[in-house]
Amino acid sequence: MAAPDLVIRGARLAGSGAPAVDLYLAHGRVLGLETHDPGRAHDAPAVEAGGLLLLPGLTDCHVHLREPGQEWKEDVATGLAAAAHGGFANVMCMANTKPVNDDASVTALMLDKARLSWPRGPRLFPVGALTVKLKGEALAAFAELREAGCKAVSNDGLPVHNTELFRRAVEYASDLGLIVIDHCEDPFLSPGAGINEGLVSSALGLRGQPTASEAIQVARDCLLAAYLQAPIHLAHISCRQSVEIIARAKEQGAPVTAETCPHYLLLTEEAVTGYNTQAKVSPPLRTSDDAAALREGLRSGVIDIVSTDHAPHAAHEKETPFDEAPNGISGLDSALALTWRLVAEGALSEADLVRALTKGADIFGLPVNRFAPGDPADVVLFDPNLTWTLTEQEMRSKSKNTPFLNTRLTGRCAGLYVAGKKIV
Amino acid sequence: MSWPHKDLLCVSQLSAGDVENVMRTADSFQEINARPVKKVPTLRGKSVVLFFAEPSTRTKTSFDIAGKRLSADTFSLAKSSSSLVKGESLKDTALTLAAMNPDAIVIRHPSSGAADFLARRLKCSIINAGDGWHAHPTQALLDLFTLRRIWGSVAGKTVLILGDIAHSRVARSNVLLLGMLGANVKLCAPKTLLPARPESWPVTTCPDLDEAVEGADAIMCLRLQLERQQAGLLPNLREYSRRFCLTAERLAKANPHAPVLHPGPINRGVEIASEVADSVESRILDQVSAGVHVRMALLHLYLTRRDAPAAG
Repeated sequence: MAAPDLVIRGARLAGSGAPAVDLYLAHGRVLGLETHDPGRAHDAPAVEAGGLLLLPGLTDCHVHLREPGQEWKEDVATGLAAAAHGGFANVMCMANTKPVNDDASVTALMLDKARLSWPRGPRLFPVGALTVKLKGEALAAFAELREAGCKAVSNDGLPVHNTELFRRAVEYASDLGLIVIDHCEDPFLSPGAGINEGLVSSALGLRGQPTASEAIQVARDCLLAAYLQAPIHLAHISCRQSVEIIARAKEQGAPVTAETCPHYLLLTEEAVTGYNTQAKVSPPLRTSDDAAALREGLRSGVIDIVSTDHAPHAAHEKETPFDEAPNGISGLDSALALTWRLVAEGALSEADLVRALTKGADIFGLPVNRFAPGDPADVVLFDPNLTWTLTEQEMRSKSKNTPFLNTRLTGRCAGLYVAGKKIV
Repeated sequence: MSWPHKDLLCVSQLSAGDVENVMRTADSFQEINARPVKKVPTLRGKSVVLFFAEPSTRTKTSFDIAGKRLSADTFSLAKSSSSLVKGESLKDTALTLAAMNPDAIVIRHPSSGAADFLARRLKCSIINAGDGWHAHPTQALLDLFTLRRIWGSVAGKTVLILGDIAHSRVARSNVLLLGMLGANVKLCAPKTLLPARPESWPVTTCPDLDEAVEGADAIMCLRLQLERQQAGLLPNLREYSRRFCLTAERLAKANPHAPVLHPGPINRGVEIASEVADSVESRILDQVSAGVHVRMALLHLYLTRRDAPAAG
């Protein structure tokens, strides 16, 4: 082994079941992993990480950083701060900024802001718009966006109504090695309602959205992906019907991947009771049966990954009657601890958690650490026993809109290294 | 005895005993409303803001009269004259009103949960005069008052609610209140005008009015908003009225002398036939009178937090 420039000593490798290890890093890369040797001395600086879990740097494929245009909600610097403290080495930010990221100049601006605020990482990977101004009328210039640094294209938040245009977008993007990320929501079945159609919406007198609104579009996308043999990534899946459709499509070889979010795994429509706008999100929180299907889907791999759909909104924007409030949950600060809750409850294994929070890098071709020599030295030191409260002060995101605010969480990122450099 | 509630947001906040209290208090105000001089000094010096962010004639007038007959000062704030049209948020409107230190705010608002929103933020009493599709507790209480004048008690009676249930705060509040007091509630509407998962409500449903009226001891018709047709929830008004208009012929299939209620304003020939609206079974104007008694009772209870009204 060449000379390391950093050694992380005594942590346990998440999902391995193996005893403590020593991780050797050099020049931003993994040199090697060895069984922990308590007596060994090093020339290189050493970090004593006894009692901590060693995870790869995490990847979040779905965030909204609001810059340019809505910097009162979030900006690239604060969004990446939340990502860094949340354990994320890679973050993919959606295109629904103002102006929309349908142009290389907007992508370049986002990347400049990231380089200026967090020069060593977390790394930012913008997602380009699927259509010009997200209007669903004309394809954006995918090749130009890719050259500028976009890793995927999406009309997230404003799904394309026109299935012909969507089909052509998927085909055109696949030539360029870009994956289309689709926000699955029928344009007419109560779009944006922010609450599931069911017991709670009936009692509260709110227009709810049926799960079929999502599942119909999931089915459309699965059929198109299979027919075109071109990849589609299904964003923030919220319900059992969708999980079942995706499972069948994958069995038949359709090139689809799927994500869900911590709030769909842990909360139900009941969270909206009392007109709680912090639990207003699109797609809406569903039932306990849907959450159970998502957990099982995540465990079995039908659902590939967990993303945050980090959607910051200012306090005053959420402090309105329910129907006036914007959809969205601020998630980067809490996603790791919330996913860890599923491990603590036995719903996921440690290996499942690692896959859920890193496989996005494989899907979209981002750097990822699998602890093999030569892998990027992206490392999270995770304290699984630290209990903390998700207060406004603890959150690095500019916006504190989360239904988990002021709840007790167990497990926290105690350190993030990106390419061997300590970020937090 | 003291009245335990600060706000009236939904009938589900009230116990059966609270409801009885409201009814008895309303009974005593009914007597005052029959006098030549219909005014008592009970609420002298109290201010009540009537904040109506949605058009309303009868509910607002009813609250206004109720307040004035109790000698409260009432102040109206309508949407057209308020800062809401200038884009002020509900929070800021509410804080502004509260800074003028009223004793109660009566609110009508198109958003479900708007009354809850105010109640969580303001110290004064909030009386919900209708929020979106959610609740209209004073309407349900005046409907109950009307039925009790006829029957004494609603327990064991079958009440048919007919029409646009899904978008009706009147229906939601009546389902809860009548259910709590032991009435059997039946709903009759096309599925497009029923709420999601009605089986979770303490009701039975029936899409055929001729069948649904059988055995009904009272029928509550609901106003059909004309925009439901534009939203594709029904083909046209003619077909709606063929299926769901309460005609004399259909009313004859209900139990004898079954009273007919309607929260108003009525669409003659759409949800209720003109002859039924003008028949002896129609209690629509009794409901309007009951509205004043019940709202006097509610203002009294919420503003004094005591139950026995001052005789006077």
